[in-house]
This record gives sequence, structure tokens and C-alpha cells, in this order.
Amino acid sequence: MNLYEPLLLSAQLAFVTMVILILAGTPLAWWLSQTSSRWKPAAQAVVAMPIVLPPTVLGFYLLILLGPDGSIGKWWVQLTGSTLTFSFTGLVIASCIYSLPFAVQPIQNAFEALPRQTLERAWTLGASRLDAFFSVVVPLSVRGFVSGMVLAFAHTLGEFGVVLMVGGNIPGETRVASIAIYDHVESLNYAAAHRMSLLLLGFAFVVLFGMYVFNRRWSTR
Amino acid sequence: MRPANFFLFFALVAGPVLAEDPVSVAVASNFSRTFGELAERFSADTGIAVRTITGSTGKLYAQIVNGAPFDVFLAADAERPRLLEVSGRAAAGSRFTYATGRLVLWSRDAENCVDALRTSHRVALANPLIAPYGRAAREFLESAGHWEDIAGRVAYAENVMQVVQFVASGNAGVGFVAASMLNGPHMPAGACTWPVPPQSHSPLEQQAVLLAAAAEDKRVVRLFEFLQSDAAIDIIVRNGYGDMR
Repeated sequence: MNLYEPLLLSAQLAFVTMVILILAGTPLAWWLSQTSSRWKPAAQAVVAMPIVLPPTVLGFYLLILLGPDGSIGKWWVQLTGSTLTFSFTGLVIASCIYSLPFAVQPIQNAFEALPRQTLERAWTLGASRLDAFFSVVVPLSVRGFVSGMVLAFAHTLGEFGVVLMVGGNIPGETRVASIAIYDHVESLNYAAAHRMSLLLLGFAFVVLFGMYVFNRRWSTR
Repeated sequence: MRPANFFLFFALVAGPVLAEDPVSVAVASNFSRTFGELAERFSADTGIAVRTITGSTGKLYAQIVNGAPFDVFLAADAERPRLLEVSGRAAAGSRFTYATGRLVLWSRDAENCVDALRTSHRVALANPLIAPYGRAAREFLESAGHWEDIAGRVAYAENVMQVVQFVASGNAGVGFVAASMLNGPHMPAGACTWPVPPQSHSPLEQQAVLLAAAAEDKRVVRLFEFLQSDAAIDIIVRNGYGDMR
């Protein structure tokens, strides 16, 4: 088995998931940080649920929902002619759910830490809401965005249980690094398992270390 | 029986037997239901309590290598027991084939399982790298000349249980499962089953070993003898394994 293919696939999956989560998670995080709706606690609970739920629960429901008999899967089959389970697209959907809180929560925390007056000052200076968001809110929330991106990426790399349940272990499509390592261990190929595990171990340390270094520099500026 | 009564009964009848540690048996998942029947029979006959630990052969093997306190290992293959014997973790000469698995093609919806191999969007088999039934399935597909056609449509499951999951949930049209699973209590109804010719793949020998630390334990030796008795083989064959007598 190719050593790098699963690692590359994991990186692709993590990257696509991260991009989608930042794009979709930012408006969600903004709404959560600003709203006083009585639905806020419920929305927060839904966002945080993947942290608490075992991957088996997500995997089990996704297998049913994304399958050709499931409500999402059926629609997808009609639209594209292929099924979502055992496909890269299916893994992206699964990962977006699985890593959602890791992207949304740091961004939301950053938004909530913004002084209210800063925003109001921008508005009174005539900036549109969107303009104020991009020229004031985003630059002041860089730490949150960096944390959200790094954690969404890294957490998707670490995904295992959900992929095991809906991936189908297809080389180049759904056999990501964590699954390949599991196969190597199960088939007693400890040398290959070590090589990949060490790479992931090193990588995980480097990205998290980088994130904390960045956050410290940023906060002491 | 009310719980309180049950405990009283348990304390009076089973108490003396349980006073010593039960015999610990690590059982490959595909055999766990069959072994449940065997253990019940064995305990009823001898008064020796048996504790069952189920899991995949690979995981149980790793646990044994790392010192898990099992007395007997019923694997789904011949390889892990052989490795345990070679490394001295299993009692030398204790290894034997307790069951021979039978591979079955199974579908939830298709009328004809063999046709479904050609037409299904996905064909599920256990990962040949780690699961004996997956390796056998692949060998059959190769020997029948289907592999080239099917390779791009395969979804690999972790084991035969997950093959059933993939097929039962409609995610795969057809899959290779173990015959021993077909009559299981939670097995969904299938539209077709087709026994794969056993000569088309290497035999699914499931071997047992006595682990070295338990080799002197008379109770464990009795269990081992029981597993090779006619009474036990009858139960094993009734559960869908091949009859080697």
C-alpha cells in the first residue's frame, strides 16, 4: 500500500473541510455571538454536539442518511447518479459535521470578545455592516480564525470512527491516513503503521505548536 | 423470575462454581454466537464457568501479545494462532482447527446474488488485508474472473459484520458474509443467498490455541477436549460452519 496516498487524501479532506467550515462557520459564529434569541442555547448545543457524541452515533446516522435509501443520499443519487457513502464527497459532509464546533467555537469566542464600541464606532463612521465586518471585525478576530482553521484541519485529520463507518476503505477515495494505520496495525505491519503514525504525530505537534506560538505573539503585540 | 429471587438462586447454585475464576475465552466475532451455545452446554455439563471476550482476531491477538489474561483463543484464521505458538505464547501442540467457515454471497434486494455482482453499484467485502472472509471473497472473485470488473465498485468493510451493515442499509447491493451469520437473531431478511464454492478460495480455517499460562489448568484442558467432541461439532455445524468429519 502506498504510504503517501492516504496521508495526501487526509490532507485533502482536511483542507476542503476547513475551507467549507470557515466559509459556512463564520456567519454562524457571527450570528451566535450577536444574537439574544431564545434559540441561541439550542443552536449552541447543536453546534457543540459532535464534541460529545461518539463517532459511532454520527457514523450510524450518516450511513443511513447518506445511503441510497436515505433522504440526503436518495436526492444525491437522483442529482448525480452516484452515492454519497463510500465517496470523498460523503467524507467531506461527514467531516464538516464532525469538525463543526472546532471551527465555529474559536471564531465565535473571538467575535464575543470584540468591544461593542469598536463596532459602533465603525458604523457611525459610515461603514456598511459588511464593510465594518471585513475591515474591523475580521482583523481583530485573527486569533479566532487561525485557531478555528487549525483545529478544523487537525481534527479532521484525526477523524477515524465516522470514516470507518461510512468510508468503505477505498484507496485514493476514502482510505485516509487513520484508516490506513488501523489496517497496518490489524495486519501486523507495524513498520508501516509506525512510519505513518510518526508522521502524523510530528505533524499534529507542529501545527498545534505553530498555532499557540502565533496566538501568543498576537496577544502580546 | 424476579431479580431478588434470581440473585438468591444465583448465590446458592452458581456461587460455589464462581468462587474460582471462570475460564476466559477470547473468541473471534464471527464465532461468538456459536460459542455462546457451546459455553452454555459445557458449563451445564461440567459446572465450569466460562467468560467470553469477543473481538476481531487482530485485536484479540494484539491483546494477547500484550499480556491479556485469556486462557483460550478461538481465532478466525490459522495465522494468528500459529504466530502465538511460534512465539511461545500458546502451548506447543495445542493448535487445531475448531471450525471451517463458509462464505456466502448475500443481498437484501436482488433476486439473484450472482447477477447482483455484475449490476450492483457497490459490492461489499471485508478488507482482504485484515479479514479472512474478505481474503476468501477476493480469491473467489479472482478465480471466477470477476475481480477486474468489480474492483472499482468494492466497498471494504472492517469485517463481515460491517458487510451486513453495508448491505442491510442499502449502501451496497450485495456482499460476502459468513454463513454462520445468516441465522443470527438480528440478521435482516435477505432476498437471496448464494454459497460460494469452497474450492474457489483457500479454506477458512479457524484455529484455536491454549495459551501458555493456562496450559496446566485442568478446566481449560477439559474445555479444549469438549470443543473437539461430537456434541460440540454438531453445534458448530448447525451454526453454519463446514463439517470436517
